[in-house]
Amino acid sequence: MFKKNRKSEVTISPIKIKDLSISLNDRFILRNINCQINDKSITAILGPNGAGKSLLLQTINGLIPVLKGKITYNSNQLDNDIRKQQAMVFQSPTLLRRTVLGNMEFVNSINKNSNIIDLKYILKKVGLEAYNDKPARLLSGGEKQRLSLARALLIQPKLLLLDEPTANLDPYSLKLIEDLILEENSKGTTIILTTHDMSQAKRLASDIIFINKGEILEQTQAKIFFKEPQTIEAKKYLTGEILL
Amino acid sequence: MNILLEAFKQSFDLVLMLDRDLFEILLLSLKVSLVSLLFSCLIGLPLGTFLAIKNFWFRDNILIIFNTLMGLPPVVVGLIVYLIISRSGPLGWLGILYTPTAMIIAQMILIIPIIVSLSAQAIEEVHQEYKYLFLSLVVPSHKAIKAYIFDARYSILTVMLAGFGRAISEVGAVIIVGGNIDHLTRVMTTSIALETSKGNLSLALALGIILLSIALSVNFLLIRLKIRAKRRMYV
Repeated sequence: MFKKNRKSEVTISPIKIKDLSISLNDRFILRNINCQINDKSITAILGPNGAGKSLLLQTINGLIPVLKGKITYNSNQLDNDIRKQQAMVFQSPTLLRRTVLGNMEFVNSINKNSNIIDLKYILKKVGLEAYNDKPARLLSGGEKQRLSLARALLIQPKLLLLDEPTANLDPYSLKLIEDLILEENSKGTTIILTTHDMSQAKRLASDIIFINKGEILEQTQAKIFFKEPQTIEAKKYLTGEILL
Repeated sequence: MNILLEAFKQSFDLVLMLDRDLFEILLLSLKVSLVSLLFSCLIGLPLGTFLAIKNFWFRDNILIIFNTLMGLPPVVVGLIVYLIISRSGPLGWLGILYTPTAMIIAQMILIIPIIVSLSAQAIEEVHQEYKYLFLSLVVPSHKAIKAYIFDARYSILTVMLAGFGRAISEVGAVIIVGGNIDHLTRVMTTSIALETSKGNLSLALALGIILLSIALSVNFLLIRLKIRAKRRMYV
């Protein structure tokens, strides 16, 4: 069985972002970001292409250094202990040049949370139990994304960051991933995801952060956002109009 | 054309008759090449990995230097090693001139730049691919390095093959520091040079064919391995 054996019971959310700005080549990509991710919530970051959604996710994960502003994790600064309690699923999954099981074993060797039964149990959960010995990079797009999620689940994260986890996936993979997201959240994992799929955001998210041109225009509960968006940009985005 | 046919016949005869001298030369060639390859890898692989994953001032220049050194003229290396280890040289007291050890040292100087440059390229490719994943997973450096080397293993095998090719076919440096002494430092390439100078062209060619066959077999095995790895998308 998959044993819950979390390393530490210290919670890392709520995550508070204060006056965060990220610039690249003297151009601001994220500007003056202020928001809060609630503990055990599912927050969907919405916005058009190039709005800065993925960058915000990567910054929360600690992949992009914060030079201006501040991110705190339950009032703590980002350190290795906090980073070890996060897991990120990238939009284009990076898989090691090994078998499916080899990929899982590598993550397991870093975390030492689970044993070999757990690995196979998680692979079964994502529907990859028959592919243990298959080279990971020969999997289809949906299977790769599921393996990437399985690796993330192996860490037993308290914060799960998902960058468009179901983009271009078939309905089976989509349903499976969404069910796993809900299951993880029900166990107390805080989840932040970016998506372009409005119906997915409605199905999963409790909170919405709407971002455009590197600025947060709205942060509210999902039901309020979809019913009564406050900004013209959000209204346009929801009706499928191009945002300029 | 006749000389070629004769050479082929002679090479087969030498192998089939299990010529003792030939096998002695062959074994020494392999021993010198493999030992120099082993030590070059022990030095070159960590150095190549370091250059692949660390970003520091002057890194690119170091890589340019190693790339340039890949084309080092063997006779120049032979001459420099000779000057260093000859009796009047700074390491003359070691007394290794005209020994297989001197040949190994000369070959290492020729192979290390190849191992460093090509392994840096192979590992950098994997490093760029895994960088953000490893950062996100907070993978400790020593585990990341192990993973880079393991996942670039097929490319590294090709790097080693390039090093081995350079070593086994080398003649200029080993003839200067080894002296081509019979039963002591005579290897395939120096034998070919000697037989050619004696006018024994068919024997020289026969030795060349045997040398080529060894290189071909090693290449064939490794290429098969790489094709298999490519099918599994491990490269």
